[in-house]
Amino acid sequence: MALLEVENLHVEIDGKEILKGLDLTVNAGEVHAIMGPNGSGKSTLAYVLAGKADYVTTAGEVRFNGKNIFDMQPDERAAAGLFLAFQYPMEIPGVATMTFLRTALNAQRKKRGEPEYSTPEFIKRVRDTAAKLSIDPDMLRRAVNVGFSGGEKKRNEVLQMALLEPRLAVLDETDSGLDIDALKIVADGVNRLRGPQRSFIVITHYQRLLSYIVPDIVHVLSHGRIVKTGGKDLALELEARGYAEYQDEVLA
Amino acid sequence: MNAGVTIIKTAAETALANTFSQARARLPGDGAIAAQRDAAFDVFAKEGLPHRRIEEWKYTDLRALMRDAKPLASPPDAAAKTAAKTAGALLRDIEARRLVFVDGAFVAELSDIASLEAGLTVRSLADALSGNDPALTTHLGKLAPGSDVAVALNTALMGDGAVIRIAAGSTIERPLHLLFVASEKPSATFVRSLVVVEEGARAMLIESHEGPAGSDYQVNAALELFVGDRAHVDHVKIITEGADALHVSTLAAAIGAKARFNSFTFTSGGAVVRNQLFLKFDGPGTVAAIRGATLLKGRQHADTTLVVNHAARDCQSREVFKTVLDDEAHGVFQGRIIVRPHAQKTDAKMMTRALLLSERAEADSKPELEIFADDVQCGHGATAGALDDELKFYLMARGIPAAEAEALLIQAFIGEAIEGIEHAGLREALMDSVVAWLGARG
Repeated sequence: MALLEVENLHVEIDGKEILKGLDLTVNAGEVHAIMGPNGSGKSTLAYVLAGKADYVTTAGEVRFNGKNIFDMQPDERAAAGLFLAFQYPMEIPGVATMTFLRTALNAQRKKRGEPEYSTPEFIKRVRDTAAKLSIDPDMLRRAVNVGFSGGEKKRNEVLQMALLEPRLAVLDETDSGLDIDALKIVADGVNRLRGPQRSFIVITHYQRLLSYIVPDIVHVLSHGRIVKTGGKDLALELEARGYAEYQDEVLA
Repeated sequence: MNAGVTIIKTAAETALANTFSQARARLPGDGAIAAQRDAAFDVFAKEGLPHRRIEEWKYTDLRALMRDAKPLASPPDAAAKTAAKTAGALLRDIEARRLVFVDGAFVAELSDIASLEAGLTVRSLADALSGNDPALTTHLGKLAPGSDVAVALNTALMGDGAVIRIAAGSTIERPLHLLFVASEKPSATFVRSLVVVEEGARAMLIESHEGPAGSDYQVNAALELFVGDRAHVDHVKIITEGADALHVSTLAAAIGAKARFNSFTFTSGGAVVRNQLFLKFDGPGTVAAIRGATLLKGRQHADTTLVVNHAARDCQSREVFKTVLDDEAHGVFQGRIIVRPHAQKTDAKMMTRALLLSERAEADSKPELEIFADDVQCGHGATAGALDDELKFYLMARGIPAAEAEALLIQAFIGEAIEGIEHAGLREALMDSVVAWLGARG
């Protein structure tokens, strides 16, 4: 059984159709890249999977681990193993990063019927994971993402992903705004989590990230549909030739 | 007969007038005090209860909100005193020296007045009034604005309270806790306290007000606080009255030069609450933080009215007031900063924020700056809004259920005001009570 099955997904926001019959199947252990021009619906797909309000699904189905995700609240999807690394992580003044991480981790474990982590156990896990991502321990004492640089915010997303150990992680333009060193740190963080039971959807505009996170399958998204699917070489092809032909293809 | 100028008295106004005329002869205090009471009562008799056409009371129409006036509380009986032993649970972990007042009357056997620290003098107001304490002549009524009808009623009917003096240079380590608790019997109490912190002295003063749910008792409390030069005073007021109570309280403070003054008000109880703060900087170089956190639900109404009077140069004040409103609750904040012509280099910033958790809740904010000096830094800001859905989604996307995500955000919102409290135990106690409030929200 596939981990994620998206069939004929149609999604609107404010009455405007963004996804127009999207199909996608992700199996356990696979890394999929979704590339496409701006406005093609990449971020919409990410948000719909995570369960953001404002998006109206007018047709189609999405099953995660065999279950209809539209029956699940965002927190239930997260507890079931779905993770979204945000393109623009939120700043939450007044909520300490450690409190946030701990509340999230324990909420998920509780929902899955697993015991909560003890404080020392939790702190050790966070410290070890943060160190691997070159995250300054001082950042953990600050409010969530408040005063963090763009790169720090993205590393904080990967830290959350590493701690929450999802079945499927959707990375929405995690490379945007990162310099090459930060990109390598983030990519290393993702690669460490790769395994036969964990899948990824890497959404990106550029091929650059895919040199570090090498995908199994590359899709081209244009005008709300997947218009081409290929192997990792497709990303290089897109880099060389641009998206123009795919935009024309749909328009034709 | 000229019908045009007839002032229609409400039931509450008539009852208050009767209360005063009946109690007048037996209220504590000699001729001078009695004259002070009469003069104060005249202010009320002339003005009546404040109503919405009085600018300062625009959002808290006491004439409409106060349907009747309860009889003056009688001295607490044994049962009331026994019940009062469990009061102050919120601050149970704080090693404070408690002065307990049941239905407005000082109860020595519930209070901790043994072995007072050097420099600390404590007396009940009733005692001081009966004994013609000279401190009263020099201080009583000197700070509380006599034209304010709530203060006038307090002066006319004051029965008991605390009279505290902290001698120059003394540091009183244990916080002083004036604990006011109402018994099951619905009545009216008028408590008046006087605290004089002399030059260079240091103290923390906690005032808490609580009572049973289901009793529509009425509390009018006033505190006059003198902060001497170079003194350091932390003032905390906790209003967790019963759900049907009417609470009006006033802090009037004069702060000397190079002093430190912090005031924090926490409000979560009472049906109608009016919290007035009149603060005046009398000497240069003082630093003050005036904060408040209010959590309201159901049909609660709470009004914070603040006047900060910068009457001396080089003073800094920060005002931060946060209100969380659920259901049909109504929160009011009126904050005025006045900078007198000679108060140059004043640095004053006021911020008020309201978080509305329900479509039917109402927040009114009226920040005002009156600046008569030309070399100052003053500012104010006011916001009112709902919880940020984007933040809530971010938390939920990490597995945190909706209710818990909201609780986390509300806690963060109100925490910004509470975090400024220096006393760790008190900070924790208040955060715990925020968590309890959120828990009850379900």
